[in-house]
Amino acid sequence: MFITQVLNGLQLGSIYALVALGYTMVYGIILLLNFAHGDIIMVGAYVSWLVMAQLGLPPVLAIVLSVAACTLVGVLIDKVAYAPLRNAPRLSILITAIGVSYFLENGAQLVFGADAKVVPAYTDLTTVQVAGLSLSFPSVLTVLVTIAATVALTLVVQKTKLGKAMRAVSEDMGAARLMGINVNSTISFTFAVGSALAGIGAVLYAMAYTQANPTMGMMLGTKAFVAAVLGGIGSIPGAVVGGLLVGFAEVFVTALGLSVWKDAVVFLLLIIVLVVRPTGIFGRTMSEKV
Amino acid sequence: MRHEKTEEKPVISASASKGDTGVYRRLPMPARYAINAVVVLVLLVLGELMIDGGAINRYQSTVLEQVGIYIILAVSLNIATGYLGQLPLGHAGFMSMGAYGCSIFIIRTSEALGVGARDFVTGTPMTLLLVIGGLIVGGLCAAIAGIIIGIPALRLKGDYLAIITLAFAEIIRVVMLNIDDVVGFELTGGAAGLTGIPGFSSFLLVFGCVAVVCFLIHTMMKSRHGRAILAIRDNEIAAEATGVNTTYYKTLAFVVSAFFAGVAGGLYAGCVGVLQPAVFGFMKSIEILVMVVLGGMGSMLGSAISATVLTILPEALRAFSEYRMIAYAVVLIIVMIFRPQGLLGSYDFSLSRIIERVMNRDFPWRKREASPADEKSGEEVSVDAER
Repeated sequence: MFITQVLNGLQLGSIYALVALGYTMVYGIILLLNFAHGDIIMVGAYVSWLVMAQLGLPPVLAIVLSVAACTLVGVLIDKVAYAPLRNAPRLSILITAIGVSYFLENGAQLVFGADAKVVPAYTDLTTVQVAGLSLSFPSVLTVLVTIAATVALTLVVQKTKLGKAMRAVSEDMGAARLMGINVNSTISFTFAVGSALAGIGAVLYAMAYTQANPTMGMMLGTKAFVAAVLGGIGSIPGAVVGGLLVGFAEVFVTALGLSVWKDAVVFLLLIIVLVVRPTGIFGRTMSEKV
Repeated sequence: MRHEKTEEKPVISASASKGDTGVYRRLPMPARYAINAVVVLVLLVLGELMIDGGAINRYQSTVLEQVGIYIILAVSLNIATGYLGQLPLGHAGFMSMGAYGCSIFIIRTSEALGVGARDFVTGTPMTLLLVIGGLIVGGLCAAIAGIIIGIPALRLKGDYLAIITLAFAEIIRVVMLNIDDVVGFELTGGAAGLTGIPGFSSFLLVFGCVAVVCFLIHTMMKSRHGRAILAIRDNEIAAEATGVNTTYYKTLAFVVSAFFAGVAGGLYAGCVGVLQPAVFGFMKSIEILVMVVLGGMGSMLGSAISATVLTILPEALRAFSEYRMIAYAVVLIIVMIFRPQGLLGSYDFSLSRIIERVMNRDFPWRKREASPADEKSGEEVSVDAER
């Protein structure tokens, strides 16, 4: 029983972590709270539904197309809505992000209707035997995929040239430009990576909850966002730790029979962490410049 | 910055119009207040007469009340956003505190005093007293919430403050939803909602409150305290160095903003008659923030205009309800791309200033060499200040 709860916490936390990574990367590079990020997950879940339930194609194709669609939508949003506002006040970009989020939600509602669609199971395998324990396969898969994605992301950011460019742009955009880094394509790449992670998150979410609806991205996005801030926004390990914390908090509050309070507990956790450590668990403390 | 501009303008115009009159004639302060008070009264009476006469039907007057409520919400959020330069995302939380505080107060006291729900519609001196008391109680509830959230939140900067206010508003929503189980008796009605709120909001009450709120905010911003708040927005470190108690003034602006949001919440309760916690979610906060940003940060008129337009437009577009939210989203994105500082920027309307211009025959179409440069620099500065 306890093991099941831990695994549930890990599963939910992993999904939050994947989405939180997208928030953290975009924030780290252009200091934008990308409100549309949660809705990208909704797009991914709908693509999975379209491919499997409507077109009857195999799940592998659904996974690939979902991730691809999320990546495309993410980059497109950046090009259309955020790129023209690079030098605008930050609040304007924030409002634009909210506009994009509204657009995606209501667009989905218009196209697919307001009711939830059932996403078919990606796999017939429901349980796996690990060391004599029978564990839920989607949970185990979710945790493994998240670990793999985080490791891959860390390698990309730390070891590749593009990763170096990303770190440079997030450190100082002007100086990065002077060093010959193409800032715009670096930002696009960041959006692509973040959205691809959201796409993976979408598939894992659909696997766990088997449904897609127009507003599913909102609460999921908000929670993931809380996770990113909790861990220290801009920090990759922070996003993962934050995601797991939020996931565990929710699962254990639910296990205690207080599920109606779980949102409040998550937000209270955030407030407490921010009051004690104003930049999150792994956040760098910034010194004020006069 | 806005403040400085309004102060300076007559001086510049004086040098420009020296040829005509010699000195720039100004209206004395009491006359300014008197003129504005008369205009507001005339408008209120006119509106009331139109409702009584049937020129505005019941549905339209309800929409008008909503407009007034959103104007109060927008101008109150504007204190924290436009004037203080912070980004609170939890205005709906304060609104719900006010709405519940006000309704519970009115329901309980009218039960105790034996005032019927009907009396609130017809209006007796007793109900007027109860309603004003209720609105103040609502405002105080919201202000207390503002203090509780403001003190930890204002240690944080920028986006972290935004997130912590969002978190707090969500906590308020969950508490309103589940408090009945904790206290053991029916307080907020939970998810089903709080019912039995007398419909005490009327055109006169709502727009009377709009006038009072705008007046109070205006005078506060013109005072020493208002200048301190603007100084914090423009440069917090410099403000602190010149002796402004930044923590005090940030909390003050925050609490005042929360108080008026609570008053608006009370009026909202009296307008719709049923309160459900789900109404005061994150989207409501965003809706109010959009009004402020779209109208122009730090512009009271801008907030009021965009609150009016954004409340009436969805009602007018009910026939196209499927497309209206998409249209709303697209308009939002387009306005932000082409006019990031909001529709009015930081311009604010002043009737007295216009009257003074007429008195001095200083019209925009007359040649004024100082004018274009002045307008332009003012706008640039305000854009800089927002970043």
